Amino acid sequence: MNIQSREEGGYAIVEFDGDVDLSCSPEVRKFLLRCLAEKQNLLVDLSKVSYIDSSGVACLVEGYQTAKNKKLKFGLIGVSEAAMSVLHLARLDKVFPIHASVAACLQKDG
Amino acid sequence: MRNNGTRAAIEVIDLVTHYGKREILHGINMSVNEGEIMIIMGGSGSGKSTLLRFLLGLGKPTSGSIQLMGRDITRMSAFEMYELRKIMGVAFQGGALLSSMTVAENVQLPLREHTRLDEKTMQIMARMKLEVVNLGGFGELMPSELSGGMIKRAAVARAIVMDPKLMFFDEPSAGLDPVVSAELDDLILRLRAVMKMTIVVVTHELESAFKIADRITVLDHGHILMTGTVDEVRASDNERIQSLLNRRPGNEEIHADEYLRRLTGM
Repeated sequence: MNIQSREEGGYAIVEFDGDVDLSCSPEVRKFLLRCLAEKQNLLVDLSKVSYIDSSGVACLVEGYQTAKNKKLKFGLIGVSEAAMSVLHLARLDKVFPIHASVAACLQKDG
Repeated sequence: MRNNGTRAAIEVIDLVTHYGKREILHGINMSVNEGEIMIIMGGSGSGKSTLLRFLLGLGKPTSGSIQLMGRDITRMSAFEMYELRKIMGVAFQGGALLSSMTVAENVQLPLREHTRLDEKTMQIMARMKLEVVNLGGFGELMPSELSGGMIKRAAVARAIVMDPKLMFFDEPSAGLDPVVSAELDDLILRLRAVMKMTIVVVTHELESAFKIADRITVLDHGHILMTGTVDEVRASDNERIQSLLNRRPGNEEIHADEYLRRLTGM
């Protein structure tokens, strides 16, 4: 799995590429929490994630809650059908702000 | 280890097992496809619990082989089996929760044993799985504070906390009222749909079996009477199967030789 990030419209856009599972979720967690510690609004791009397991989802949950506590914005983009069904199982699809694209998210922000 | 089509997730070939000198399973052949829900059905003494025990790698068979995800567990070292267990989940009949720990701590156990995830990640994973089984908010209770149905669901949460590829249920409906038992059936169907698990359920509850099965293997006296879809099993004209379906005690035929041996031990 690779992590890339860039800035756009006041967000750090973090893109994971590959499987997010037990083997790399500690790294995912660290990266997200570091961005949030630097007070960056976060958009997590999952469009290149072929598989995400519960440990990966747990990191997103912690990231979102941390962002909320710090009054930072947090959202997901590029959520595949498979990832969505994993979120759906724990009713998290109704919890995360999920956007179709970066542009869609920025537009919503106005 | 993702789904990639037609591979059998479980392949049992000519499995023979003994308990002491007594042969329990007399050459079992069974194949479960990836993503399939297979029900193992039979009366008490049919050998279904024994078969489950061997599927879980909890015993060395007399002969034959058992392949899980393409790997023969009858020839595995303890360490290899330990590694394979990471992708296996088991919900035991009585729940098998540790009474000295909270429900959430019970659910976290496999994570503590098999991973080095951050504490927070493990906590969230356990709570997520408690949500999946509709026990959100009950994590801080002790097992003794849960009802029978809740204990079973907590056991399922623990079994799925590592996102297993193979999931085994031992008599999930036993001791539950029909409503709670139907909820568990729905949960099993959801797990397969969302997590693409291959699921084996050992049960003697017909209603539940017919509701969730892709195929049913009917065991009787350590033999497979038949393997087929729900419709095929229903339509079978085999007398033993029909007596199982009609829940009649059946005309229990007596194997004179075996019966005498059992009484005399000779």
